[in-house]
Amino acid sequence: MNPFVFSQPKDIDAALPLLAADNARPVAGGTNLLDLMKEGVMTPAALVDINPLEHAGLDVIEEHEGGLRLGALARNAATAYHDMVRSRYPLLSAAILAGASPQLRNMATNGGNLLQRTRCVYFYDVGTPCNKREPGTGCPAKNGINRQLAILGTSEQCIATHPSDMCVALRALDATVHVKSGTGERQIPFAEFHRLPGDTPHIDSNLQPGELITHITLPDAARFIEHSAYIKVRDRLSYAFALVSVAAALDLDGGTIRAARIALGGVAHKPWRVEEAEAALVGKQAGEAAFADAAERILQGARGYGQNDFKLTLAKNAIVQALSTALRGTESAKRGEA
Amino acid sequence: MDLYQQYPIRLRINEQDRDFDVESWVTLLDLLRERAGLTGTKKGCDHGQCGACTVLVDGKRVNSCLTLAVMQNGHEVTTIEGMAKGDELHPLQQAFIEQDAFQCGYCTPGQICSAAGLIAEGQAKTVDDVRELMSGNLCRCGAYPQIRQAVCKVIGIKEEKPGAASGADGFTTGPVLA
Repeated sequence: MNPFVFSQPKDIDAALPLLAADNARPVAGGTNLLDLMKEGVMTPAALVDINPLEHAGLDVIEEHEGGLRLGALARNAATAYHDMVRSRYPLLSAAILAGASPQLRNMATNGGNLLQRTRCVYFYDVGTPCNKREPGTGCPAKNGINRQLAILGTSEQCIATHPSDMCVALRALDATVHVKSGTGERQIPFAEFHRLPGDTPHIDSNLQPGELITHITLPDAARFIEHSAYIKVRDRLSYAFALVSVAAALDLDGGTIRAARIALGGVAHKPWRVEEAEAALVGKQAGEAAFADAAERILQGARGYGQNDFKLTLAKNAIVQALSTALRGTESAKRGEA
Repeated sequence: MDLYQQYPIRLRINEQDRDFDVESWVTLLDLLRERAGLTGTKKGCDHGQCGACTVLVDGKRVNSCLTLAVMQNGHEVTTIEGMAKGDELHPLQQAFIEQDAFQCGYCTPGQICSAAGLIAEGQAKTVDDVRELMSGNLCRCGAYPQIRQAVCKVIGIKEEKPGAASGADGFTTGPVLA
């Protein structure tokens, strides 16, 4: 790890000026940042330990305007096991518990989860070129090791995927990210939080330098409680990043779809959601035919890069499976009847 | 600013207050092993992938390789050395011996601390829950069935078919715990 200056501000007003400094980074759980520092991928000059801000209310999980407010410093485990999250947002709980390990979920925070960086092997290996790590050096992944990488929204510069499970559910549930900086506060709709790589793959999100995530809010999602499922396909049964994951939720009127939510992980630089595909499901009979049609719409424009070609079929099948599981009901999904 | 400055910290490790002066980049794992003389906690991958470095911080299981010692200033740490009460083994230690839950033993301190955290969390109700919730600890010798049996024994979860795999297909999981 590179040498760096460490500080531990006691409140948010003390933290913000420290975070505005050049090449300063906040550290909370540390589970991704410290790993990247050990690899030399990230070399901040200063780390600002924001964990003491827990006591300033940044770890709160509570009801908020009929929905939910998740503190940025609430731990992933505390969030997933929270009674209100379990009972009212089972999709979010399931997505969080599908990610990482119990130890990591005890450490990792909700804010940090959003800012995870890709696990592309070239990004992690400082001995190789990578446009995300060192802009302009190239992307060996396109013709190299890309089994884990993206099939949607890619660019010539980057085919990295965002690794989070939690974010896939947050995207499906229309979350909003609340941030604060020395100049004020603002809200970022989840769809606009993460970016596609385009010509600037080194910029993962639209969080600006000096901005700190304070909390995440979710609108009421009562109509999806009975029919939601998170399906994660990976190379081993547990504790592995997704090849493809799907957060699916249905609002049903008998057998007819009133509303649907479908977001994918493991396929793009951000959680992938095609709202036109959801709209096309409205009024249709819930079943495999409608679900397969939605899958086709969601995968439009997808392309493989060799090792990850299988994801084109896998993603479609996973969408149908997730929606079919959601149709059978959240309770059956909880029992693992995918 | 001095990048190489030392930060004075106090940790309560295994119920003893300990003072250290550490550089910013020293992980809790390296502090425990190299400065506190507690080499029971093991360094496996040093990247949070194997769980060998698992300890309890304020009663919660964490990967000590992925947190800085300075970040744990003022916190309470329990390592494998703090599990037994004098000569009386922790029930998990006793169960690991009885179930033959290790071969080389390198992952064992992390397995036992992780299992202690699992029990405190209170989320594991079935054998499959235990399997899933111990998945952050790898065992290269493959003693998983015995480790699972030891943990289940301490919690009081009865195994219907000891050692048998569950019905999961090995590739796809639903939200088993929500």
